[in-house]
Amino acid sequence: MYNAKAVILGILVFVALSTSPFWSSFIGRDYKTTDIALPKDEKNCLENVEFMRSQHMRLLNEWRDEALRNENRAYIASDGKKWVISLQNTCLKCHNNYEDFCQKCHVANSVYPYCWTCHIIPKGSK
Amino acid sequence: MNKSRRSFLKIAGLSAFALSSGITGLTGEAHAKIAPGSYAHGGNALSAKRWAMVIDTRKFKDSQDYEPLIEACHKAHNVPHIPGRQNIKWFWLDSYAHVFPDDMNAHLDERTSAASWPLLCNHCTNPPCVRVCPTQATYKMEDGIVAMDYHRCIGCRFCMAGCPYGARSFNFMDPRAHLTNPVPNPDFPTRMAGVVEKCTFCAERLAVGQLPACVEAAKGRILFGDLEDPASEVRKALAANYSIRRKPSLGTQPGVYYII
Amino acid sequence: MLEKLLTAQKRYYVWLLFLLCVIAGCGLVYLQQLQEGLTVTGMSRDVSWGLYISQFTYFVGVAASAVMLVLPAYFHHYRQFKRMIIFGEFMAVAAVVMCALFIVVDLGQPQRMLNVMLHPTPNSVMFYDMLVLIGYLCLNIIIGWVTLEAERMDTDPPKWIKPLIYLSIIWAFSIHTVTAFLYAGIPGRHYWLTAIMAARFLSSAFCSGPSILLLLLLIVRRLTNFDPGKEAVKTLSTIIVYAMCINVFFYLLEIFTAFYSQIPGHEEPIAFLFTGHGGHLYWVSYWMWAAVAMAFLSLAILIPPQWRTNPTLLPIALVMLVAATWIDKGLGLLIGGFTPNMFEEVTPYMPTGREIAVALGVYAIGALVLSLLWKIALGVKKEVNHFGG
Repeated sequence: MYNAKAVILGILVFVALSTSPFWSSFIGRDYKTTDIALPKDEKNCLENVEFMRSQHMRLLNEWRDEALRNENRAYIASDGKKWVISLQNTCLKCHNNYEDFCQKCHVANSVYPYCWTCHIIPKGSK
Repeated sequence: MNKSRRSFLKIAGLSAFALSSGITGLTGEAHAKIAPGSYAHGGNALSAKRWAMVIDTRKFKDSQDYEPLIEACHKAHNVPHIPGRQNIKWFWLDSYAHVFPDDMNAHLDERTSAASWPLLCNHCTNPPCVRVCPTQATYKMEDGIVAMDYHRCIGCRFCMAGCPYGARSFNFMDPRAHLTNPVPNPDFPTRMAGVVEKCTFCAERLAVGQLPACVEAAKGRILFGDLEDPASEVRKALAANYSIRRKPSLGTQPGVYYII
Repeated sequence: MLEKLLTAQKRYYVWLLFLLCVIAGCGLVYLQQLQEGLTVTGMSRDVSWGLYISQFTYFVGVAASAVMLVLPAYFHHYRQFKRMIIFGEFMAVAAVVMCALFIVVDLGQPQRMLNVMLHPTPNSVMFYDMLVLIGYLCLNIIIGWVTLEAERMDTDPPKWIKPLIYLSIIWAFSIHTVTAFLYAGIPGRHYWLTAIMAARFLSSAFCSGPSILLLLLLIVRRLTNFDPGKEAVKTLSTIIVYAMCINVFFYLLEIFTAFYSQIPGHEEPIAFLFTGHGGHLYWVSYWMWAAVAMAFLSLAILIPPQWRTNPTLLPIALVMLVAATWIDKGLGLLIGGFTPNMFEEVTPYMPTGREIAVALGVYAIGALVLSLLWKIALGVKKEVNHFGG
């Protein structure tokens, strides 16, 4: 191999750099929860927490298509409860603390959805 | 460059491409239904085979009579008032010569030529805007409403070129800068810069059993109903009165009728 | 072959640096457009497409025009074109890149543009336009690169490239036809609703594209001594004359139909373009008349063979021809289509400074792509002594 030393050293540096987040997590820093504020009056979301946490964005996409294209404006959850499909008028009625619920988690996960350029954040606007 | 290394790179590149396109294929499947629950129509929704509107223009004396309708519409949908040529229009007024250019003659009676005529999306049976949209951001519902999904619109404005009625508006800028804060109707979203919008026949109101905002504000002077139901109010009104539609020769079959 | 880019004269790198500076400057203006929205352009509710889409349309034509070299060379075995065919193909690549960019800068929500592929819509002409443009780009990159590589090795190109070349000939016609269908299938826009639109597009493309190619090759000859070949230049300028005659003829057909039928809808856009509205002349009318003058002047020079072959007159005529077709397709087509609007009203349109800056940025990217590709082609030709002259 040409320039074997330089190439192998380069590969090692590359591997070290690209895996650095894993190493840095070993050196101490614990995962901190995002401390999001859950709704006070409502205990249950429409599906279980794990599903909502990981799939809420896909569910919202599906809701949008069902409501806008198929006129299916009601969602019957797995527990049989019926919900009106609306981000603004269903989800945000319980999750009415934008800063401490949506934003906190989105910022912690470095995702910046632009729902709020159109949908109104509860209590006035952003 | 060494021949074998070269062919290795070619094969590696091709495999990477094949793999990545395979992965995108799989994620495509992941878009299939995600929710564990099921979907249903809203309980008290108004429904029809083909929604249509009949405007009895004889009952409107002047442009002032239309003002409450325009206000109701724009308030219900957070339609901004933007001065200039980059404005947004859902429900607006214009002269007979502009609304019905093909039916214009120089000796039209005073009432017709001086009157203001209401304009909105015609919700065509054969809508050119739907035909040209490259993303199905605008589409025709089963009940005849030409609807829009602002989430999907890429802002190419092909629909604006395609619509023969000038019913579509593009958000050249952020509409919120031209709306009050809080917005007039906090239950309805606004739009964002870069998407096209238009009248929706108040699909969101029909879904909860309400008539469109302009129809409600017109207090009986605008009828709204099922064009395929011979017993509906709109059919009865059309049967009993002379009515016209805008640019019928284009074959778009508008769903807005004017009794004159 | 990329190494050809590393051994150039200083002035070549100064040129690239200049282009990069223009791209960066205009890119900043585009960022501003992304921030503020398309309100920075002169477009409006009534004239909802403007300079960007018109430039897109024009450069689809330039891209398609490569076929004017490829078709004689491969269907009629016209050997004289073989030396410069690669420049036509690489110009097509640069032109398609520009087309794609003009579409992107025109979009209100460019980050969503892949929706066209995520939600394929066969009833939209825009969907087909995307398909044919991507296809044409790939064809020209593959064909150009493979034939140039073969030229360098002094061998015949591999056999599998032949079917692709034949495909690219048909494909070239399709890209501009589909682009014409964007306009010609829209009800209610009188200026566009004409069956001859695709034919007009093609004829205008087949005179303007080769003219741009020839002008650029004349500059290259000055700079590098690469000689496209006297016979080839002569044949190409003959092709240009025929295409331009057909182009002007087609436009006159439009004028006849509009003004002999005297249907107002057909007359009004043309009347607006040339005579303004309500006694008021808009800026576009001056441009349209200039286009008419330049079109006929260029034909007057190009039709007589002794003038056409004159080395000083030819470039002047080509410049006028390019300007005339650019005004017709780059300005008149869009403005005439949107004025008068759907309410028979006139809304004037004029591109803003920032709109022009963004368009110039796209031009600079096109020039950059062209400079890089042509440099490679010239380097190869020099290496294997195919420089001619």
